[in-house]
Amino acid sequence: MSTTTEPRGSAGATVEAAPTPVVRVTVPKRSLTSELRAIKIVWRREIIRYRSDRLRMVTTLVQPLLFLFVLGSGLQQLSAASTHGVNLKTFIYPGILCISVMFTAMFSAASIVWDREFGFLREMMVAPIRRSSIVIGKVIGGATVASFQGVIVIALAGFVGVPYAPLMIIGIFILQLLLAFTITAFGVMIAVRIKQMQSFMGVMQMIVMPMFFISGALFPVANLPGWLAVLNRLDPLTYAVDPMRRLVFNNLSISPQARAALDPGVTWFGWHVPALLEAGMIVALGLVMLGIAIWEFTTTE
Amino acid sequence: MTDGNGTREIANPVAISVRGLVKNYDEVEAVRGVEFEVATGEVFGFLGPNGAGKTTTINMLCTLVTPTAGSASVAGHDVVHERDDVRRNIGLVFQDPTLDGYLTAEQNLRLHAELYGVQSELVKPRMQQVMTMVGLWERKDSVVGTFSGGMRRRLEIARGLMHSPRVLFLDEPTIGLDPQTRRSIWEYIGELKEREEITIFMTTHYMDEAEWCDRIAIMDHGEIVALDAPETLKAGVGTDRVTIHTDDDDATIGALADRFGIEARISEGAVSFGVPQGEEFVPRLFAEWDPALPPIKAVNVSRPTLDDVFMSYTGSTIRDAEEDQGKDRNRRMMQMMHGARR
Repeated sequence: MSTTTEPRGSAGATVEAAPTPVVRVTVPKRSLTSELRAIKIVWRREIIRYRSDRLRMVTTLVQPLLFLFVLGSGLQQLSAASTHGVNLKTFIYPGILCISVMFTAMFSAASIVWDREFGFLREMMVAPIRRSSIVIGKVIGGATVASFQGVIVIALAGFVGVPYAPLMIIGIFILQLLLAFTITAFGVMIAVRIKQMQSFMGVMQMIVMPMFFISGALFPVANLPGWLAVLNRLDPLTYAVDPMRRLVFNNLSISPQARAALDPGVTWFGWHVPALLEAGMIVALGLVMLGIAIWEFTTTE
Repeated sequence: MTDGNGTREIANPVAISVRGLVKNYDEVEAVRGVEFEVATGEVFGFLGPNGAGKTTTINMLCTLVTPTAGSASVAGHDVVHERDDVRRNIGLVFQDPTLDGYLTAEQNLRLHAELYGVQSELVKPRMQQVMTMVGLWERKDSVVGTFSGGMRRRLEIARGLMHSPRVLFLDEPTIGLDPQTRRSIWEYIGELKEREEITIFMTTHYMDEAEWCDRIAIMDHGEIVALDAPETLKAGVGTDRVTIHTDDDDATIGALADRFGIEARISEGAVSFGVPQGEEFVPRLFAEWDPALPPIKAVNVSRPTLDDVFMSYTGSTIRDAEEDQGKDRNRRMMQMMHGARR
C-alpha cells in the first residue's frame, strides 16, 4: 500500500506524491438493460456457487442413485412377473430423473433462505433494481443448476436399459428443464416467506416426498384406487413424469402388452392427456408460481 | 446527469434533509419526529444507546423502511417517492454482515457493480481503487468465508464505495472490531473525505469515535436531544470533571458539600464532581482542605467528554442508558428491526 508514496531519488523533492486519480462511477437510471444485467449476475452467482460446492453435487446425486439401483434392482425380484420382461429400473428411470431435478431445484430455491439468514439478501434488496429481477435471476439460476443435475442422470440412461436416442435425449432434456424451472419457482415462492432454514427443510420434506410418491414415478398410473387416482391427477409432477416415460417407452422394443401395462398414460375421465398439453401445464404452473413469488417478494419490506 | 467528461450532477449543498420523521412499530414509537440537515461533504454522526432509534432512522433514509410520518430527502431525492434515485446515490454498510461468504472478495464486488449497473470498463479500476484503500487488493481472490471480522467489514466498506455513492451510510461500522481495525476504518473515512465528494452519515455508540465527526446528533428514546459539533457540545457542558482519591469517600463528599457547596458522587471508585474551571479550583481545594479530613492522595482534572455531554442531556451515561432501557424493550426492538430488514 505504501510503496507508491515513496519519494523517488532526487526527483522526490520536487514531485508531489501524486495520489492516483479517483475513478468515478455514475450509476445509470434504471432501465431494461440494467435489469437484465442484474438478472444475469444473480443467475451467475447461483452457477458459481454450485460449481464451488462439489459436495452438493455428490449428495444430491446419492438419492436418485439409491432409488434407481438399490430400490430398482431389489424390487425387480418381486416385480419380474408383472413387468412383462421390462426391467424395473428402466420403468422408474423417468420418475427418478424427475425427483433428482426436483430435489436440486428445491435446494437451489433454499438459497434464498440462506441469503436472508446470512444477510446477503439485503445487499440485493437495496440495489436500485426491481425485486422481480432478483427473483427471476434466482429462478433461472436454480433451474440451470437443477438441469445440470438432470443431465448427469440423463447420462446414466445406458445403465438402466434406456437407449441413447438423440431425439429422446433432447425431449427429456427439454422436459426436465421445464420441470426444473417450475419447481424452482415453486421453491422460491415458499422460500420468500420462510425465515429459517430448518423450517424450509421441513416444508420441503412435507411437500416433495408426497409429490414424488403420488406422481407415479414408481408405479403405472392406470387402475389406481379412486382416491389415489384423484391425488395423482392433481399432482403437478405427474405431468412431468408421464410424457418423459412416454418418450422413453417410444424407444424401447417391448411387447404391446408391456407398453399398455407400464405406460398407460394419464387420463382425465377417460381422455388421454397429450404430452404437449402436459408440458404446457408444467410451464404455465411455473409461470404462475413465479408471478406469485415476485408478488410476495415485492410486498415484503 | 453526466456529460462526456464524467462530471457529476452539480452538488446539492444539502446532502440529507429530514423533516418530522416518525416511525412506529405497533405501539413502540421507535423514532419520534426527528429533524436535521446534513451538508454535502460532512461527516455526520448519530450517537446514542442501542434502541435509541438510530438504526430505524438510517433504515428510513436508505429507503428500507417506510416512515410512518414526516419526510426525508437524500442526495436531493425523496426517500419514499424516489426510492431508486436515492438508492443509486447511496452506499450502505450495515451493522450485520451482508457479504456472500462463498464468493471471493472480487466476486462480491463485481456482483455489486453489476447490480448497480456500473459501466463495465470502470469496474476493474474502481475495484482496485476501493480495495487498495482498505488494504485488501492482494486478497481479492480469496474466498470471503476465510476473512476475519475486521477484513469483512473493510471489504463491506469497499463494496459500499464501488458505485461512487454521494452519501455513504455506515451503521455502527466499528462495532465489535479490534482497536487497530477501528482506527484504520477512521483513516479510510478521513481519506475518503479528502479524495471524493462524499457525505458520510454514521451511527455509533462509541463516544471516542463520535469525536471524529464534523457534527453529531445525540439521540435518546427516539428523539434528537442535542445536535452540534463535538467541540461545541463539550464546551456547552461548561464544567470540567474533577476526581479525588482519599481513604474516606463519604467524609470527602460531606466536606465538599459543606465547604465548597459542591455536590459530588462516587463514580468508578473515586469521588467525582463538576466545576467550571477545574485547574483553578484545585489550588483552592488544597488551600481550604481541613487537615482533620482524610488527606487527598490524588486529584485528576479532565475536560468534558462526550460522555459528559450525553450525561448532561439525558441524565445518564450511555452505558447506563443501555441497561436502563430494559433488555425487554431492546430485544423487542431488535426483533422488529430484524424483521423489517429481512
